[in-house]
Amino acid sequence: MRKLISFRDFDWVLLGFVLLLSVVSVLEIYSATLHTKFVHFDQKQMFWLLGGLVCMFILSFINYHLLLDIALWAYGFCILALVAVLAVGQKVLGGRRWIRLPGGIHFQPSEWVKLVLIIAVARYFSHLAGRGGLTWSDIFKSMAMVGLPMLLVLKQPDLGTALTYAPILLCGLFLGGISIRKAVILVLAAGIAIIPIWHKVLKPYQKQRITSFLQPDTDPRGSGYQIRQSLIAVGDGGIWGRGATKGTQTQGDFLPIPYTDFIFAAYSEEHGFVGAALVLLLYFLILMRLIQNAQSAADLPGTLIVMGVVAVLIFQIAVNVGMVIGLMPVTGIPLPLMSYGGSSVLFTFLALGIVMNIRMSRFVN
Amino acid sequence: MTNPARHSEEKVPAIKLAVFQYLIALVLVILISGLWRLQVLGAQNYRALAQANRVRKVPILAPRGKIYDREGRLIVDNYPSVTCFLVPEQARYLQADLPLIASGLHMDVEQIQSTLRHYRHTPNYQPIPLKSDITPDELAFIAAHGNELPELETIDEQRRLYPSNGFAAHLIGYVGEVSEEMLDDPRYAFYQPGDVVGRSGVEEAYDPILRGQDGSRDIVVDSHGRELGVLGTEVPTPGTSLKLTIDLDIQEAAEKALGQRNGAIVAIDPRTGEVLAMVSRPTFDPNDFAIRIHRDEWNKLINDPEHPLLNKAIQAQLAPGSTFKIIEAVAGLQEGIAQNLIVDCHGGENFYGRFFKCWISARHQSHGITNITKGIFQSCDVYFYTLAEKLGIDKIAEWAHKFGLGEKTGIDLPDEVAGIMPSPEWKMRNYHQKWFAGETISVGIGQGAIAATPIQLVRAIAGIASDGALKRPHVVFPDEVPASLREYYQEQFPGSGNKTVPISYANWVTVTDAMSQVLSFAGTAGFAHLNGVDVAGKTGSAQTMSNALAQKLGHAHTMDDNAWFVGVSPRRNPEIAVCILWEKGAEGYLSARLAAQVIEAYVDKQRRLGNNLRPPVQKRAVGTPHTPNAPAPRTTAARAQKTMEMAGVWNAPADSPAAIAGQRAFPLPPAPDGQPQVLRGARFLLTPSAASTTPHAVQQR
Repeated sequence: MRKLISFRDFDWVLLGFVLLLSVVSVLEIYSATLHTKFVHFDQKQMFWLLGGLVCMFILSFINYHLLLDIALWAYGFCILALVAVLAVGQKVLGGRRWIRLPGGIHFQPSEWVKLVLIIAVARYFSHLAGRGGLTWSDIFKSMAMVGLPMLLVLKQPDLGTALTYAPILLCGLFLGGISIRKAVILVLAAGIAIIPIWHKVLKPYQKQRITSFLQPDTDPRGSGYQIRQSLIAVGDGGIWGRGATKGTQTQGDFLPIPYTDFIFAAYSEEHGFVGAALVLLLYFLILMRLIQNAQSAADLPGTLIVMGVVAVLIFQIAVNVGMVIGLMPVTGIPLPLMSYGGSSVLFTFLALGIVMNIRMSRFVN
Repeated sequence: MTNPARHSEEKVPAIKLAVFQYLIALVLVILISGLWRLQVLGAQNYRALAQANRVRKVPILAPRGKIYDREGRLIVDNYPSVTCFLVPEQARYLQADLPLIASGLHMDVEQIQSTLRHYRHTPNYQPIPLKSDITPDELAFIAAHGNELPELETIDEQRRLYPSNGFAAHLIGYVGEVSEEMLDDPRYAFYQPGDVVGRSGVEEAYDPILRGQDGSRDIVVDSHGRELGVLGTEVPTPGTSLKLTIDLDIQEAAEKALGQRNGAIVAIDPRTGEVLAMVSRPTFDPNDFAIRIHRDEWNKLINDPEHPLLNKAIQAQLAPGSTFKIIEAVAGLQEGIAQNLIVDCHGGENFYGRFFKCWISARHQSHGITNITKGIFQSCDVYFYTLAEKLGIDKIAEWAHKFGLGEKTGIDLPDEVAGIMPSPEWKMRNYHQKWFAGETISVGIGQGAIAATPIQLVRAIAGIASDGALKRPHVVFPDEVPASLREYYQEQFPGSGNKTVPISYANWVTVTDAMSQVLSFAGTAGFAHLNGVDVAGKTGSAQTMSNALAQKLGHAHTMDDNAWFVGVSPRRNPEIAVCILWEKGAEGYLSARLAAQVIEAYVDKQRRLGNNLRPPVQKRAVGTPHTPNAPAPRTTAARAQKTMEMAGVWNAPADSPAAIAGQRAFPLPPAPDGQPQVLRGARFLLTPSAASTTPHAVQQR
């Protein structure tokens, strides 16, 4: 039976890595906003981090099975919230992504949906475990479960966030026991499905973003501009970097939004290859630590939840850093633990809180 | 366990988690290799790109050199001005911004669009000049909209300020944007598109001296073009100022003399070839070019049938008419034909089966017995028909070429034309036709295919009056040109240059004396006589086209003739020579009066400088039968005959030392101590009384 969980089992090592990365993040946000009108964003980020830490500790005391039990209700609520965003959301920069709540809080449901989806998918596939493989029906149901919020978010339109739901589904299918044959069929089907999606679903600016990363110089004034400036910033850093607050691309406002989506470019310019490689190493250590926690989880849903978090994190890292160094199109996905932004910080720390609870519950039973 | 469906015992196989681990490692390795490619292998390249991103070279335009007259009086100045540029690269939504830009700069959107189209092939980072000479409120608009319209930039420069009303416009020329054809020319390799360059006159010819070396400021900017700091400054070198040979006083007199008449005036100092004044009409205002000229105005200028942009002093090639007789007279005398040639003018003569009229026949008169002197001052056509027949076209052409007709003078102004000196060889070469003997007769009075420019005529006749010493006319003192460029200018303006045509002493005296008599009552330009000033010259009235051709072209009236006059003062070794071309001025003596105004301005100035006031009118010789202001009756042949004797008195005897020296003879008031006193600047006084009664007042040539 369950014992009281204690801080002896709290993952201080993981928290240490995370906090180290957060400090790097705050310093880089300070540097990147030094000469802009966003000059106090580093302090705001610290408040978000503080809030995130508190949420993480609170969540680490809530049994994750409780979350699994309310997952369906939460899922339903999320769908309603996404529909509400489309209906009454604030229109910012051509997309409806926010709901303005009383008290001046801007609520962006699509970030929370990620967390709920991780839990819901974990619950769904853990229920199917032990039946000897997934049927096509199981697969389509899971696809519908993830696909519905994905379409709603795409409608906002927010391609970046919508894409982050995909690794949750893929991770669930992989760990939930999809057979290799079905996986191959699915991959082929997806390849064929891309053609109508490209022509019907994607907006012209989204298509342009995707194509322009391949040849950033063909349109240096349009979508290629961001990639071009980002590449220059990263390359300008060299091995050792230009030094904090000394990157000309970052400080001269050539780099677009250097405190959120392109923070890694700003960081790479000012701290060079050595600094960038150290940050990637930190990510590696964090992810390995998370997988270790997944392995040691007490039950299958615990493992699936932690691996869902891992999948989302590695996907975001790959897409964001890949974009910054010109290997991926511009999709507007923030870099977890580095980019400025309350929703992103809260998602990461809430997810870590759940992971902490899973880890602390590993000897329970 | 509340949920029975939970399969706590199920575990994810370790192998699947290991797959995740490898996958993550693979992703991170790919990312790190991407970083390596950019930051280690491409560092230099991207460092340069980052540098180019943030450092902008802002040109500091060098002011052009100012232009002064020979006495250092300012003719062309500069004034500070601001030009607005558009940098397409810096625009966010250029097309959307256009209405705002247009309203702020008081332009049409269409106008901006066409400017952008014009520059559509230039790189995006290159600033496009949008509007020159913007007003303070337009400047304030640009400054106030720095955030909304980051694409607008301004640049300070010095603009040209020319004299108003087209004063000396053809001589000075104007500046304009360098054209694409010019950029292909190695002479203009120095320039970038959009640079301002001299396009005409002195501005073009002396552009290498007048232009300076632009400097630049390397400024650090952010992505909005906002200045963050200055890296370094390259100081511009201003252009060198230039001193022209033009004398503003003479230029002003010439401008005033020509007034609104179409034509040209050019005055030179025959001793050096320095151009003292140069006027062409109709004129234009070069200030219109200093700011970008509007297309309509430009079209108006270039389509004007009067060709206001043409500098007629060096670009009008017209039949010289009777002024050519001076050259022919020298040829006739030098060939030994004219001395003994006496012709009886009956108002015309038959040559080669065709009757050639003398101009005087229009007045139902004739010149009667005529020698070379009378032939010149009465401009008897029959005399010169006969002389031309005896000389033959080859000799005429040879002498005309000696005096520079049919070739450029080499004046240091762009686009001088060479004129035409016809000859059988020339006709065969250009028209593949044989020369008709009758054509020689026409050429004898400066008609037919012969064409000369005012600068050619003034140089030729001034050269004859200077005993055959022809100078290359120029508008800039040679020592103003740096030694390194002198050869360049020699090659740039080829022409017959400085040369001396030997003329025998007696012939020189004969021709110059006859030219002097042109301004006597007996001469064709008696009206232009200046009291107390030794002026010699030759009138000419040249048909612009033959009357037969005019009728064929449907002109109701016969065309008025072009009125020429070439005058020198004093008659031998002159200090000033003036050529007047008054298009459709009808009569040469009318032009002579314009020349007299210019010469008078020069003489007055010289006297003023020497503090030698003009002698009062009473001092004039008793018996001088007219005052300058009273209209003299048109000389009839009979009266001319009579007044010739008086003219002989009026002019110094040909063998008197004063007349031979030609100049520097003037009445000297006895000095208090009884010694003669030589006054500087008083050398134009050559009244009959002076010449005959003051034998010691002679200076040697």
